[in-house]
Amino acid sequence: MTDIAFHLNGTPVWLSDVAPTQTLLDWLRETRGLKGTKEGCNEGDCGACTVIVTDQNGPKALNACILFLPQLHGKAIRTVDGLTAPDGTPHPVQEAMVSHHGSQCGFCTPGFVMSMVAAHTTGRKDHDTALAGNLCRCTGYAPIIRAAKAAETAPVPDWLKAETDPAFFSAQISSGGKGAIAPAGGADSPPSPVCRPTTTDDLATWYAANPNATLIAGATDVGLWVTKQLRDLAPVAFLGGIAELKTIHDSGARLHVGAGVTINQLMEAVAPSLPSFAELLRRYASDQIRNAATIGGNIANGSPIGDGPPALIALGARLHLRRGADRRDMALEDFFLDYRKQDRLPGEFVEAVSFSHTAPALRCYKLSKRFDQDISAVCGCFNVTLENGSVQSARIAFGGMAGTPKRAAKAEAAMLGKPWSMETIIAARSAMQGDFTPLSDMRASAAYRTETAGNMLIRYFHDLSGLPVNVLEVTP
Amino acid sequence: MSVGKSLPHDAAPLHVTGAARYVDDIDLPAGALHLAFGLSTYAHAEITGMDLTAVRAAPGVVAVYAAADFDEMPDCSPSAHDEPLLATGKVHYLGQPVFLVVATSHLAARKAARLGRVDYAPLPAILTVDDALAAGSRFESGPVVWTKGDAGAAIAAAPHRIEGEMEIGGQEHFYLEGQIAAAVPQEGGDMLIYSSTQHPTEIQHKVAHALHIPMHGVRVETRRMGGGFGGKESQGNALAIACAWAARDTGRPCKMRYDRDDDMMITGKRHDLRIRYRAGFDGEGRVLGVDFTHLFRCGWALDLSIPVADRAMLHADNCYHLTDVRIESHRLRTNTQSATAFRGFGGPQGMVGVERVMDHIAFDLGRDPLAVRRANFYAGMAVSGGGASPPAPPRDIYAEKKAEDQDLASRAAVEAVSGGADVPVPLGVQTTPYHMPVVDFIGHELVAALEASAEYTARRGAIAEWNARSPILKRGMALTPVKFGISFTLTHLNQAGALVHVYQDGSIHLNHGGTEMGQGLFQKVAQVAAGVFGVGLEAVKITATDTGKVPNTSATAASSGSDLNGMAAQVACVTIRDRMAAFLAGQHQVPPDAVRFEGGRVFVAGASYSFAEAAAKSYAGRVALSSTGFYATPKITWDRAAGRGRPFYYFAYGAAVTEVVIDTLTGENRILRADLLHDTGTSLNPALDIGQIEGAYVQGAGWLTMEELVWDDKGALRTHAPSTYKIPACSDRPPVFNVALWGAENPEATVGKSKAVGEPPFMLGISALMALSDAVAACGDGSRYVALDAPATPERILAAINRQRDV
Repeated sequence: MTDIAFHLNGTPVWLSDVAPTQTLLDWLRETRGLKGTKEGCNEGDCGACTVIVTDQNGPKALNACILFLPQLHGKAIRTVDGLTAPDGTPHPVQEAMVSHHGSQCGFCTPGFVMSMVAAHTTGRKDHDTALAGNLCRCTGYAPIIRAAKAAETAPVPDWLKAETDPAFFSAQISSGGKGAIAPAGGADSPPSPVCRPTTTDDLATWYAANPNATLIAGATDVGLWVTKQLRDLAPVAFLGGIAELKTIHDSGARLHVGAGVTINQLMEAVAPSLPSFAELLRRYASDQIRNAATIGGNIANGSPIGDGPPALIALGARLHLRRGADRRDMALEDFFLDYRKQDRLPGEFVEAVSFSHTAPALRCYKLSKRFDQDISAVCGCFNVTLENGSVQSARIAFGGMAGTPKRAAKAEAAMLGKPWSMETIIAARSAMQGDFTPLSDMRASAAYRTETAGNMLIRYFHDLSGLPVNVLEVTP
Repeated sequence: MSVGKSLPHDAAPLHVTGAARYVDDIDLPAGALHLAFGLSTYAHAEITGMDLTAVRAAPGVVAVYAAADFDEMPDCSPSAHDEPLLATGKVHYLGQPVFLVVATSHLAARKAARLGRVDYAPLPAILTVDDALAAGSRFESGPVVWTKGDAGAAIAAAPHRIEGEMEIGGQEHFYLEGQIAAAVPQEGGDMLIYSSTQHPTEIQHKVAHALHIPMHGVRVETRRMGGGFGGKESQGNALAIACAWAARDTGRPCKMRYDRDDDMMITGKRHDLRIRYRAGFDGEGRVLGVDFTHLFRCGWALDLSIPVADRAMLHADNCYHLTDVRIESHRLRTNTQSATAFRGFGGPQGMVGVERVMDHIAFDLGRDPLAVRRANFYAGMAVSGGGASPPAPPRDIYAEKKAEDQDLASRAAVEAVSGGADVPVPLGVQTTPYHMPVVDFIGHELVAALEASAEYTARRGAIAEWNARSPILKRGMALTPVKFGISFTLTHLNQAGALVHVYQDGSIHLNHGGTEMGQGLFQKVAQVAAGVFGVGLEAVKITATDTGKVPNTSATAASSGSDLNGMAAQVACVTIRDRMAAFLAGQHQVPPDAVRFEGGRVFVAGASYSFAEAAAKSYAGRVALSSTGFYATPKITWDRAAGRGRPFYYFAYGAAVTEVVIDTLTGENRILRADLLHDTGTSLNPALDIGQIEGAYVQGAGWLTMEELVWDDKGALRTHAPSTYKIPACSDRPPVFNVALWGAENPEATVGKSKAVGEPPFMLGISALMALSDAVAACGDGSRYVALDAPATPERILAAINRQRDV
């Protein structure tokens, strides 16, 4: 149980005695009686529950169904119910959605409107990407995009401007209008099932003492433990208040990325130097998920199909772990021991990941049934360097091909020192047969995974030579 | 005049502000309870024991029911009485409700439902078409066969022959609002039901049956659904019945909504099937004889499978005149979710079969598929104004005896009115495989117009050149037409009622039997009503569908919503308008037809009143300002056993050109451009119609490309959430998306001369599958047909490419 303060549609809200895994969506609908925000899937895949959450970093679209109330402390929430002006004037996005016939059954509409307003507020025009996390089954999307484009030029309405001012947060929200709140469950606090540390040191101390706790950063995976597996989680620690974990340090040669950096923040950071990695991250779930999910969570949960690790392994990333006062680091691939089994001690957590961001030959290929917001059937990441036309180094890593993210060691070995030619590629593809024994599941068969993983090598060869290989880059 | 205007959806301002109320948004009286089902974990098994102690002891649980708690298990089926609310003795699919939990919150009910311990003795499960064929597991005693001419002889004598087989996957509706119902007990044992349903009358009937009370004791209200697509025609019954049962037992309001995963595990989907075909044809590609076998996987219960499979047979011709044709349809019983209605209702499946045949013939002859399609088109419109047969009087269905415990209002009901007779065929008019004259065919003109506007010929050339230069990526393109029959095939369902009140202030209350699921039906009907009274839309209040206002409604299905309810509302409005006109004419000593209702005013003998003044005067003059309206579709007659008659009032037409690109290394694929031209007659609201067409195309293309349902070998559906079942997302829509309406009026006397639009454009998506087939063909040397199955996922496309290259 914990104290939380935030602004809801412009009004300060102070909550005490809230169950730490109560979702914002349930609280809005069942406790607060705000029924505009809809539940479509309860797992962050449809976007019907999208709300806008604003903090010092600006407004972000998030899925309320897998957002726990403590994650909202000190922030401003805007729901569809509070989007029109006090006098009833609609937001330009709402107006455009009506006049462009952007709603049919209307159930997804509140979520679309909120995603569109978030994009409108920040001036984004990449509507397909901004709306990849909102599913509509009626319209075929065309009228929604027409509406989004039509609203682009309208100014941000006055009544929403206050929330975009960073000063608003320090002054207003964190106090909930009732004075400062001491962060509950800090290192010096008495044992509590809920920890909301503000420093890495506090987290390290508390977690070492509570090694069975669940660490919650973005809750995009843990959220489903609650909404789908119906698990009761305790004790829990919410990591969102730890500023140190959210830093990105560029040493010139390497990027040092805190575990609490969101996927969208990482995407922005790597876009200039590693465009292929950034494009892979653009297809990582949806905007709502990328606004919440962290790279630390993506690594630590050990999923064999997370899209972050294969690219990071191809980049030669090192993982930085901490337990109490002890720190250690390792090659990222060494962290993944077996299916959902990582080299992480009780009470140890991921503090950061670091990697070289000079890799002009890095290419990341994601294969899924749907381009946007789908989980990879196969994710292949390739990073080869050449010297005098021969392969000097090769780092090739895959997701979806084994119980963990895994390097294609035999394929790499088959390339080293060989001339960069199709002959070498074909040999490496043959060698790769020995690297993986993938599974068949609802995303793809083992045979398809094996074949396409090999074919990705061929694609890589053609890609580096400039041949068009990406259907997403074909223009009508 | 409001009819024909592109007005926004009536609820759009409510949608965008979150103020539109869905069932889950309705505040129930205090003490409301929440329900959840415990589900079977076996596809086929005997229940040997059940321990629900932990369920009963779970926090918040108020009541728990299993089969033993019922003297007589309520039935949830639309007509066959084969769907017990809770499993009795055996479970027949993995996901079948076994017990029911009633608790103080949705979450408490869901948590408790996980605690049930049920012991099973597994039985052999029939999961696939092959399993069912081997075991002889089917509905009906054997396959249904319809014939015209002699297909076998024609094929044998034909200069060219093909044969093949195709798998076509099912489809999850993925309505954004999941299934939901609520029941609020009323005085005297009556029950008020809020249901997200396309069929309030069926909900009413099933709840009444379950509670053993007359239908007058149950009132069902449906303001709107968050999407239906056929998935809320019969699949909402179980929730409404469970709520009503628990509400009566506890005396408290009860609500049930399926969590998304439960929804996908429990409810039926579009039927998947295998189609076998044999065809004989001439050198031009003209079909001389064709034989189809449809092998439908219907799931564990009958539901609506018979009319679905019938409609597949009824669309096995699509736009093509088949002189010698045989269609054999198997309705197989499997231990899977009971497949149900889904936009097109079998029509799309039947149509894919014949489009596959056209594609295969074109390959065989090395001709352009469009030329082959065209060579097979029906002859053009022969009789302007349609109507080859004389109008039949509306049937008096009330005179028919109601069978005990049978829901006449379900599409799965057996024929309540004796089957129809053959309709006369005018000389020179071609007939469908079910002997219906085709007198309104506009495919030639429509396809020619689309061919030109989409620059079909030039682009085919450009694609061939592009493919010659591109070793890894290949493009493909296809044009496919659509002819879709409009009417319920169960003839007596083609009726509708409306109730209209004009209040003394001139405001109008509009109600009819149709339901709103996003298609804009309410707005279209309101436009019709406003048009009759010559008033603006703001004068018309659209109200929730309510079995207490309009009784004995048919499901809002079969694309019939505006045809039926628009007409019924028009009749009601005209009745009131005529009464007002007669009264005002009398006051002014002029004939009634001299009274005009226009622009919000009523003009009579030089005088002019606002509509409100005219209403007030009429009220003061003791004129009845309320009326029902009733409509029954004329001209239709159908003998389903023989496969003969005129099941459809008319056909709706359309055509689409889709261009795609595929990656030959991975099978990844993408639609690049779609050009659609679709026939809505004289549109009641072009904006809403275009919305239906765009949405239907994307949904149809999704069905045949990325949407894949996967069951494992235990019969567990592995794709039961949007994380694993992928409907098209925003970026999957065609980046170039040209949509136009054909615009010619319906030759039949429909409301405003419009045509139905809900389902027909869904089948425009077939062009995406055929375009993918074309792209795959570009990988081969022309010696082997592509034979691409659906859904054409990257994996299936890569397999098809490999087959091309292994040659």
